[in-house]
Amino acid sequence: MKARTLIRSTIALLAASVSVPALAQSSPQQAEDFAITNATVAIGDGSAPIANGTVVVRGGKVVAAGAGVAVPAGVKVIDGAGKWVTPGLVSAVTDLGLVDVGAVDESNDDYAEKAGFNAALDVSAAIDPDATPIGVSRAGGVTRAAVAPMAANAIFAGQGAIIDLGTDANPVNRPRAFQFVELGERGADLAGGSRVAAQAVLRNALREAADFDRRTGISKIGGGKIGAGKGAPATTGDDIPLDPRMAQTAQGRADDGLLTRFDAAALIPVVTGRQPLYVHVERAADIRQVLRLKSEFPALKLVIVGAAEGWRVAHEIAAAGVPVLASAMTDLPGRFETLGATQSNVGRMQAAGVKVGLGGFFDNDQPRYAPQYAGNLVAVGRMPGATGLSWGQALAAITSVPADILGEATHFGSLKPGLAADVVIWDGDPLEVASGPVAIYVDGVAQNMVNHQTRLRDRYRTPQEGSLPKAYQ
Amino acid sequence: MTTRPFGKLAAHALAGLALALSATAGLAKPKQTDESYQLKDNPYPSTYKPYPGEAIAIVGATVYDGTGQRIDNGTVLVSGGKVEAVGGADLAVPRSYRRIDGAGKFVTPGVIDIHSHLGVYPSPGVQAHSDGNEATSPTTPEVWAEHSVWPQDPGFTRALANGGVTSLQILPGSANLMGGRSVVLKNVPSRTVQGMKFPDAPYGLKMACGENPKRVYGERNQMPSTRMGNFAVDRQTWIKAAEYKKKRDAGKLDSRDLAMETLADVLAGKILVQNHCYRADEMALVIDMAKEFGYKVSAFHHAVEAYKIGDLLKQNGICAAIWADWWGFKMEAYDGIPENAALLADAGACVIIHSDDEYGIQRLNQEAAKAQGDGRRIGIRIPDEQVISWFTLNPARALGIDGMTGSLTPGKMGDVVLWNGNPLSVYARPEKVWVDGALLYDAMDRTRRPVTDFELGQPGEGDVK
Repeated sequence: MKARTLIRSTIALLAASVSVPALAQSSPQQAEDFAITNATVAIGDGSAPIANGTVVVRGGKVVAAGAGVAVPAGVKVIDGAGKWVTPGLVSAVTDLGLVDVGAVDESNDDYAEKAGFNAALDVSAAIDPDATPIGVSRAGGVTRAAVAPMAANAIFAGQGAIIDLGTDANPVNRPRAFQFVELGERGADLAGGSRVAAQAVLRNALREAADFDRRTGISKIGGGKIGAGKGAPATTGDDIPLDPRMAQTAQGRADDGLLTRFDAAALIPVVTGRQPLYVHVERAADIRQVLRLKSEFPALKLVIVGAAEGWRVAHEIAAAGVPVLASAMTDLPGRFETLGATQSNVGRMQAAGVKVGLGGFFDNDQPRYAPQYAGNLVAVGRMPGATGLSWGQALAAITSVPADILGEATHFGSLKPGLAADVVIWDGDPLEVASGPVAIYVDGVAQNMVNHQTRLRDRYRTPQEGSLPKAYQ
Repeated sequence: MTTRPFGKLAAHALAGLALALSATAGLAKPKQTDESYQLKDNPYPSTYKPYPGEAIAIVGATVYDGTGQRIDNGTVLVSGGKVEAVGGADLAVPRSYRRIDGAGKFVTPGVIDIHSHLGVYPSPGVQAHSDGNEATSPTTPEVWAEHSVWPQDPGFTRALANGGVTSLQILPGSANLMGGRSVVLKNVPSRTVQGMKFPDAPYGLKMACGENPKRVYGERNQMPSTRMGNFAVDRQTWIKAAEYKKKRDAGKLDSRDLAMETLADVLAGKILVQNHCYRADEMALVIDMAKEFGYKVSAFHHAVEAYKIGDLLKQNGICAAIWADWWGFKMEAYDGIPENAALLADAGACVIIHSDDEYGIQRLNQEAAKAQGDGRRIGIRIPDEQVISWFTLNPARALGIDGMTGSLTPGKMGDVVLWNGNPLSVYARPEKVWVDGALLYDAMDRTRRPVTDFELGQPGEGDVK
C-alpha cells in the first residue's frame, strides 16, 4: 500500500512538472561521443589557442584536441566555426553548493560559528547540486570546483571537497581533499586576538594530532588513504565513504589535549602530509612564516591562498615549491595585510617560478567571473611597468593550474587526451567580457543550461503582461 | 570585486560608535531678518580649479562621444580645459596643439560612476574608517557625505588609472531610509574634499528601500522592522518636510533644521533623489510615493529587478543604475539576471552601469561590455557607441551634470580617456586620462601616476596597481 501510494504521488508529481522545461530533470544522463570541428581550440595547458582545431570526445574522455585531428567515423560532429573551445573552468576555492543566498543565514552551510568542531568539519555531505549558484556558475562555464568551508569559530575551517558541477545527483568527486586554515588577520582574530595566538593554536593542534597518531596509528588505517577503511567501506548513506578517523575508538589521547577527538583525528593526515593544508595569508611576513612551518613539520603539503603580497616573496615561495591560489584583481590596501597589493602580483609570482592559479571565489567574486579576471591579467601584461600573463597562461590559471594544485591534473583541467571531457564551447574569445558559453559538457555529458536566471530572462523578454499575468508565461 | 576574500559579506558594515544627533540645532529663536538663519546653498563650496593642461589634438582614434555617436579615424581637440571640437580626419588641427597619435586606440568621455562609497568607506577598510552609514536613526537627511569623505582613499587613484573615472557620486550607505546628502566629485587628488567637489553639481539625497533599513532597525526592535514600516517612516517624514517647506516658502521658519532643509530642497527640485531599490514591486511603490509628495526619483540604484518594469521606468523617466550581473548575495537580489541592462535598453529605459564597489569602479567599461554580450546572446544587439553612454552621459544626466560633462560635446569639460584598445574589450586599459584638460594619468609616464598620502613609504609605493 505504502509503495503504491508513493508511486502514485510520484506520477502525479511528474505530470505536474511536465511543463517545467529541463529544470527538474534528474534522470542519469549519458555521455555522448562527439567531435567539435573548425573551432579555435585552447587546450588550457598554457599553450596558445589553435585555429581550425578539432576536439574529439569518446566515453566521457577527451581523445584528441588540436589541429589536424581526424574525426573518427560514427561520432556526432558539431560545427564549431566561429566558436572557441576550452576545458571547463576550475574554481578553487569557493563556497559553491554550500550557499543559496549569501545574506540568508538559514540557506547557508559555509559558516558554523556555533559548532563544537572545526578541523573535523567536512563539507562533502552538505553540497547541494541543486543550489542555484551551481546552475548559474555552470552556465558560466565552471565545471569543477574546490569547495571550502569558512573558518568561523577557530583558525581551522575544516575539510574541503572537490566537486563537479554536472547536472546530476552526485557532485562530490573527492571528499576531504584538503584542510583549510586562516593565519593572517582573520586567523589572528579567530585564535583569540593576535597572530601570536594563531601560531600557538596551529602548532599545538598539529602536535596533538601527531601525538594522537603515534599512540593510535590512525594514519596507517587503510594504507593511509583518507576515506579508506578496513573491510567493507562504511557509508554515511550518501555514497561518501565514512571517514575511518572518525569511526575509530582507540584510546590514546594525551590527557592535557585541547582538541576534540574528531578535530585531532582530522589533522592527522595534515601533519603526516596525506592531506594538503590550504593556508590563507596575504602579507609578505605571514607568507614567510607559513613557509617556515615546513622546517618544523616537514611532511606538510602547503598551498597558500590569497598572497596579495606574494610578489614580494615570490622567489622564496618558488624555492619552497608551494603553489598559490591568488586573486587576480586585488590592487587596494583593503587591509593592513594587503598594503602591497597590485594586479601585477600573479604575473610576478608566475615569472619567479611559482605555480599560481586564480582563486578564491566568494561573495561577489563569482566563480563565473574567472575568465574576466584572467583576461585582465593579459591586459595588465601590456602596460608599462606591469607584469601579467600570456593568453595561454591566463586560461591555464583558471583551468589546468588550479586542477594541478588540487591534485587533479590527471583527471581534469585541460583538453589533453585521457582527461575528463569537461568542455565548454564559447561564442568568442572566452577571456573577453562579452563572450559566453553556448554549450557545456561535464564528463562528456551535455549540460542543462536552464536555471532560475534564464527562466526569468525568458519570462521578461518584454516587461508588459500579455493576455494573462506573467505567472502563466 | 576581490575585496572580501574569505570574509562574510560585510559591505556597508555599520559603525557602532556614531553618536546620536539631534535633528534640531537648538538655536535661540531667530528673528526672520537674521541672515544667519537663511539657508546657504553651499556652505562648503568647491575650491576645485582645473589644473593646467596643454591644448591637445588626439588624431586617428576611434571616438565614442558618449551621446551614441561613433567616429572612426576621429580627431578630438581639447583646449582651455574644454572639449573644443570633435570630428573626422578632416578636422583642422591648429599647429600649436600637441598631437597625440590615436591610431588603433579609442577615445571616450571620462567615465562617471553614479554610485560609489570611496572616501566614506575607504581603504584600508578598518572600523576607524567606517564613515558611510549614520545608522543611529532610520532617517538622517541632515548628514552630508562630504563631511565623511577621506580624500586620501587610495581607491580614487585606482578608479582613475584603471577605470578612467573622472567624476563620481559619493553616497551615504543604505542602512537608513534617508541616508543623507551625496556629493559629486571630480576624481582629482586633493588635500581637501572641497578641492574635489564638482563645481555646481546638484546634491543628491540617498534613499533606500527594502531589506537594509528594516534589518538594521528591526534588529533593534525599532521602527522600521518591515517594508510597510519603511514606507510609513518615509511618508511621515515627507509630511514633515512638506510642512517645513511651506513655512520656509512663506518666510515663517522659527529655526533651521538641517534634515528638513535637505528634504525641502528635494521637494523644490534642487536635490536629486538617488534611491537604492532592488525589487520591481518596491520601485513601483516608490514611484507612487514620489508622486504623492511631489518629488522625482532620478535613478533607482542596484535595481536588479528593473528589467521587470522597464516600461514603467521609461514612462516615469527614471534611470536604472545597475551592476552588470551581481546576483543572489541577498534575498532581494535573487532575481537579478545578466540581461537586465539589455532588456532595459530594449524597452527604451535609461541604463546606467554603476559600481558600489572599489573594485567594480575600476572596470565599469568591462561591466557594460558584459551586459552588452548577455544581450547579444538573446538577440538584443546594442551598438558599442550606445553602450558607452551607460557609463558616461547617462550617469551625467541622472546626476544633473550633463550640461558640463559626460560627452565629448564642444564646450563641455575636457574630461577625456584615451584607451589603448576598445574599452568594451577586457584587454583595453586607459592610457591617458584628462580631467578638465589636465593630464592626470599617463600609463607611459610614471610622474603622472598619483600616490596617496596613505601609501607613501609603504610596500609598493608608486607601483603599477
